[in-house]
Amino acid sequence: MEKVGDYDELVNLKATELRLGLPGTEETVSCGKSNKRALPDDDTEKEIESTGKTETASPPKAQIVGWPPVRSYRRNSIQTKKNESEGQGNYVKVSMDGAPYLRKIDLTVYKKYPELMKSLENMFKFSVGEYFEREGYKGSDFVPTYEDKDGDWMLVGDVPWEMFVSSCKRLRIMKGSEVKGLGCGV
Amino acid sequence: MNYFPDEVVEHVFDFVTSHKDRNAISLVCKSWYKIERYSRQKVFIGNCYATNPERLLRRFPCLKSLTLKGKPHFADFNLVPHEWGGFVQPWIEALARSRVGLEELRLKRMVVTDESLELLSRSFVNFKSLVLVSCEGFTTDGLASIAANCRHLRDLDLQENEIDDHRGQWLSCFPDTCTTLVTLNFACLEGETNLVALERLVARSPNLKSLKLNRAVPLDALARLMSCAPQMVDLGVGSYENDPDSESYLKLQAAIKKCTSLRSLSGFLEAAPHCLSAFHPICHNLTSLNLSYAAEIHGSHLIKLIQHCKKLQRLWILDSIGDKGLEVVASTCKELQELRVFPSDLVGGGNTAVTEEGLVAISAGCPKLHSILYFCQQMTNAALVTVAKNCPNFIRFRLCILEPNKPDHVTSQPLDEGFGAIVKACKNLRRLSLSGLLTDQVFLYIGMYANQLEMLSIAFAGDTDKGMLYVLNGCKKMKKLEIRDSPFGDTALLADVSKYETMRSLWMSSCEVTLSGCKRLAEKAPWLNVEIINETDNNRMEENGHEGRQKVDKLYLYRTVVGTRMDAPPFVWIL
Repeated sequence: MEKVGDYDELVNLKATELRLGLPGTEETVSCGKSNKRALPDDDTEKEIESTGKTETASPPKAQIVGWPPVRSYRRNSIQTKKNESEGQGNYVKVSMDGAPYLRKIDLTVYKKYPELMKSLENMFKFSVGEYFEREGYKGSDFVPTYEDKDGDWMLVGDVPWEMFVSSCKRLRIMKGSEVKGLGCGV
Repeated sequence: MNYFPDEVVEHVFDFVTSHKDRNAISLVCKSWYKIERYSRQKVFIGNCYATNPERLLRRFPCLKSLTLKGKPHFADFNLVPHEWGGFVQPWIEALARSRVGLEELRLKRMVVTDESLELLSRSFVNFKSLVLVSCEGFTTDGLASIAANCRHLRDLDLQENEIDDHRGQWLSCFPDTCTTLVTLNFACLEGETNLVALERLVARSPNLKSLKLNRAVPLDALARLMSCAPQMVDLGVGSYENDPDSESYLKLQAAIKKCTSLRSLSGFLEAAPHCLSAFHPICHNLTSLNLSYAAEIHGSHLIKLIQHCKKLQRLWILDSIGDKGLEVVASTCKELQELRVFPSDLVGGGNTAVTEEGLVAISAGCPKLHSILYFCQQMTNAALVTVAKNCPNFIRFRLCILEPNKPDHVTSQPLDEGFGAIVKACKNLRRLSLSGLLTDQVFLYIGMYANQLEMLSIAFAGDTDKGMLYVLNGCKKMKKLEIRDSPFGDTALLADVSKYETMRSLWMSSCEVTLSGCKRLAEKAPWLNVEIINETDNNRMEENGHEGRQKVDKLYLYRTVVGTRMDAPPFVWIL
């Protein structure tokens, strides 16, 4: 956020700014133009945009009822997706080769790798072997992998925990013959 | 004209199917009116409160198919309270009592209950087709009645409804003897699905052409379903995640290759994008692709998929496709007729992806484009002028700039000239939605040039009553006008009351109309229902000393032949 002193300077600069608009036309601020009526305050879905997202110094925009004009059904499904991916925990899907359905876990619940491994082992009833920096996981048919932001499949455990949590999009526990391809000692 | 016996005239009328044309026929003379009404099988009622079931049945006793629309369009955006109205129950009750041979019912924005569905399922022996769009008020129990009792069910099509999912066994309520299904769409159901019942149903439905699954149908089930339905034309994939090398995925790849009739693809409600390549072999046949709920599909996977779809006529996509992605669409999809670009982020965090450049690229690359819905961050007059030049054939043009009142981001001017160019060039324009910074000038253009315009949506636009007057005076074919947050008041509202007789409805919310203005209108036009929706407190409006000058929150007026409706809730005041 800008400091008060900076803002005053900005206001003064604006008067001398060369712009293409007609004299008197101002860049408009969103919602709440002065000749428009105040909007009803009864929207239960009203949110304040998280300032963490934007980089500008503008105040958080309150949502206008029914704007943008998107059907409630679609709006709800966007909201659900958003809740899943930020704020309310960091839920990622976990698949295990051979399992009939996927699971979901919240990565923010764990503080380090061993906790995560234990939880996965309990969930899918398997054990993951021991992690070695060079050879990866030894002593088990199962290897935990994850898909990162670039879409690449990586071995769980190589990077620091925080880096892992921020880049992990989904988990996959690989099994058996495919594991050999990763060069893990099996 | 009546040298021919009635049966011959009726036979000629059989070839006239559009509602508009049949309505026109019925106005020619008494004899034609009579023949037409007895032979009419399909009736469309755009506003369920414009008439009532009794009048419908008196005029069209041989009715087989009925389409009804309930709530006003802005109800889609939470501007109309839930209990406002639009109940289908009285219609079904009346139809059931009259023993009319109803076969098809299509409802949009109506309140449907389980009781209504149960009654529907039991009352019409030949009932074949139920299509519900944006409806609410029912649960999967209602669906179970339809499944169980409609012996000849052909279509069960649920589009974007709010359905209470009781996770029951509605799918297993289809009897083993039911083999007539052609359309089954339950994508909007949120709960679990009985996969075994579903697979058996699909296996015994050789005519099944359209299948849209919900989130709870995983990829391996999809593989099995597609294997036993290679005749599929329209597929909505539910959950699309799996490991690329697993057996199910291989099975799916094989099944997809056999679906040579597949023309339309949608869904991917949960998706692992790298699995999309399984669909590449049939992409060259696709005419319709809806990925607007597939938030996880973007970037290179999306582009690769689209590059295979050379015959696409209809594309619904999220704005994460970006301007670059739209350029790929423009160079690949030369047959494109309809494009919808939806926002992936409602709050508009600033890193969205489509701008005026994407729109211009599409207009330049797709000569057959006639319908567009485009949500974007910014627009310029220059871009709109170019689009108008490239695509003079628009029938529907809906542009939504996410930030209200946003001007041309290059010149800081209002977007009057840009939209003006659109209405001037597109002589067949029937539907238009405006956004961005707009003055009365744009309405002058609309009134002057938009001769075929039937539906106009206005938000945060205009300066004075003149704007609304230009539209009311100029657009002779206007049917539905909906306005929000714009400075139009009583003068515009009352200028030409007879205009509303030629329109289906007018919606005005957060404008400058006053209570006394609305009262005067209601007095002048008894054939209109003038509804004031005031969620705060209607009583306060009366008690307030300056009652007449109080501004009306939401006004909805519509022509009707049956007077005030009896089912309005307390917060709706019908003048």
